[in-house]
Amino acid sequence: MQAFLKSGKIAGNGDKKAGTSSGKPPKTKRAVPWVEKYRPKTVDEVVEQNEAVSVLQQCISGANFPNLLFYGPPGTGKTSTILAAARQLFGDIYRDRILELNASDERGIQIIRDKVKTFAQLTASGTRPDGKPCPPYKIIILDEADSMTHSAQAALRRTMEKESKTTRFCLICNYVSRIIDPLTSRCTKFRFKPLKLERISERLEFICKEENVKFDEESLKALVDTSGGDMRRAITCLQSCAKLRGSDDLIKIEDVYEVTGVVPSKWLDQFVAVCKKGDYDGLSNFLNTMMYEAYSGLQMLEQLNEIVVHSDLFNDKQKGFIGAKLGLVGYRLQDGGSEYLQLLDIGCTLMSAFKLI
Amino acid sequence: MSLWADKHRPKDLLKVDYHKEQAENLKKLTQQGDFPHLLVYGPVGAGKKTRVMCLLKELYGPGVERLRMEQMTFTTPSNKKVEIMTVNSNYHIEVNPADVGIYDRIVIMDLIKTVAQSQQLDVNTQREFKVIVLTDVDELSKDAQHALRRTMEKYIGNCRLILCANSTSRVTAAIRSRCLSIRVPAPTNEEIISILQSTCKKEGLNLPTELALKIAEKSDRNLRKALLICEACKVEQYPFNINQEIPLPDWHVFINDMAKEIVKEQSIQKIATVRTNLYELIIHGIPNQLIFKTLLDELLKNCDVELKSKVVEHAAFYEHRMQHGNKHIFHFEAFIARFMCLYKKFIEDVTSGF
Repeated sequence: MQAFLKSGKIAGNGDKKAGTSSGKPPKTKRAVPWVEKYRPKTVDEVVEQNEAVSVLQQCISGANFPNLLFYGPPGTGKTSTILAAARQLFGDIYRDRILELNASDERGIQIIRDKVKTFAQLTASGTRPDGKPCPPYKIIILDEADSMTHSAQAALRRTMEKESKTTRFCLICNYVSRIIDPLTSRCTKFRFKPLKLERISERLEFICKEENVKFDEESLKALVDTSGGDMRRAITCLQSCAKLRGSDDLIKIEDVYEVTGVVPSKWLDQFVAVCKKGDYDGLSNFLNTMMYEAYSGLQMLEQLNEIVVHSDLFNDKQKGFIGAKLGLVGYRLQDGGSEYLQLLDIGCTLMSAFKLI
Repeated sequence: MSLWADKHRPKDLLKVDYHKEQAENLKKLTQQGDFPHLLVYGPVGAGKKTRVMCLLKELYGPGVERLRMEQMTFTTPSNKKVEIMTVNSNYHIEVNPADVGIYDRIVIMDLIKTVAQSQQLDVNTQREFKVIVLTDVDELSKDAQHALRRTMEKYIGNCRLILCANSTSRVTAAIRSRCLSIRVPAPTNEEIISILQSTCKKEGLNLPTELALKIAEKSDRNLRKALLICEACKVEQYPFNINQEIPLPDWHVFINDMAKEIVKEQSIQKIATVRTNLYELIIHGIPNQLIFKTLLDELLKNCDVELKSKVVEHAAFYEHRMQHGNKHIFHFEAFIARFMCLYKKFIEDVTSGF
């Protein structure tokens, strides 16, 4: 089940740098996505997220391990942190000591009752097979816990308490509000903040150097900006650009935009200009053309939001008027509304906003 | 005998007729012997599937063209059997999970796991991964998309996913961030014209430029549609005549008539007659988003700017609601009633002004 974690062994806590920089190749020379390859291997390598890291460091050095609940936006290192901690805690045998379940596994109430409970009831010894000491408990990682049903979450409650002698739980989710209260009160909560852009930039530069990717400053900055604090997205985009370009070419800013799906700003300028003219047919034609170019409506809205907020074209009242509609339209789009109609709606709102002074 | 659209489909990445730079990039991608998950998106008839098939051929050789259909059965937790059609070759498998409605999550979970857990035996002569092509990813339920997330990362060793979608708005950010997105814009009218002419040449026919232009304009920049119209024109009359009429599709004419009726009279009786028309459209399987868009376009031709924005606002509202309900007819009718209401008020205001 943890086959995807195939990578070099970690030789304890000491040589944390050796794990990444020497880059021991896996046994077959299989191409691993960079996201997996550059996952932090020790807790100290996790960038930012100071509270969680300091607590886990204490646990590794012998303190008691509480039940954990990590929450925060995607790509901030939630899964990486707990996996790295588990490796440091258990060393070679960590595969036997953790049970990782995520949304792709069946996680109804039945699985909680059978699989989780039986795993939790197993006792763990305080020594490794080779005689070194290790903590006498196992960790159950419930990834993407916010997509678990309420009844499944409820079934966890008593299990968590009863098996606390042998098992620790780590719940990972994007939205803490979707976890039922009885569970949150049993866990130590840590919020994972979106990463600072400089940190992402540092990491990307490091990877570029490791992988021999040629990048200019401008496109790297574009990549970092579009990531919005999501490390995974930034790294995946970097890899995609590199793959798309081949290893010899310099990666250009257009490639970054193409891969990240950002709508070029000329389209947005044109959109605002058409709306300013108050020309409905123009708007409808423009939107049709845009649909043929296959730009994403949601992406368009996000960028439009940036423009409207920072623009001098509108006064505060107009901005409020447009903002309310942007929210509504964004919701409807994500909920399955037709792109053409929803964008038409926001276009008409812009039109009437221009008249409203 | 096959349709022109299938017969003249390019089979090699270097032979595609447009987006050549993209094709070259894709070729580079395959030459490295490994590629990430792909998300191919673009409007209908832009050539998404053509590019995917070319890519697969580039990877595995002509073996991918030997396709066979297979019926797969999955069992839901409640012991219901779900059947789904797949198109396989030795190297890839193509499924449209949205076919099974709310059970799409089961299909995705089971299918990917079975494919991914079997490793290729002889790594030296083959690629070490198989490819799963999922079509209409934007139609997948949120649950199914959730299920895809971690699965995609976990089994990247021996399986790659190619996702096809019409728009990325409905694909969750989590999936988008795990894929290399490839945008396939629709061909421009000029590109369509040149393709039409080269196709006709291959068929040994002569297509005048004026007619090609006319077809291209009617095709909504949908290449497949353009080729089909062209073929239909040939059946109707050959040699081609520049003044040849290209009929609108029946449903389009039908909706136009309906819109005219609605504008002519606003009453309860009218709604009742419109209802039968709508049922007619729905039972003929016209996609409801298409009905909505065409109807709105037609209705708006009769409005002034202020009314237009009001109508659009309501259209957006009802269209969104329609995605939630099962009975589309209610939402169509609600929209039409709302339009009648607005329109009548508008006319009264105009006439009372005099």
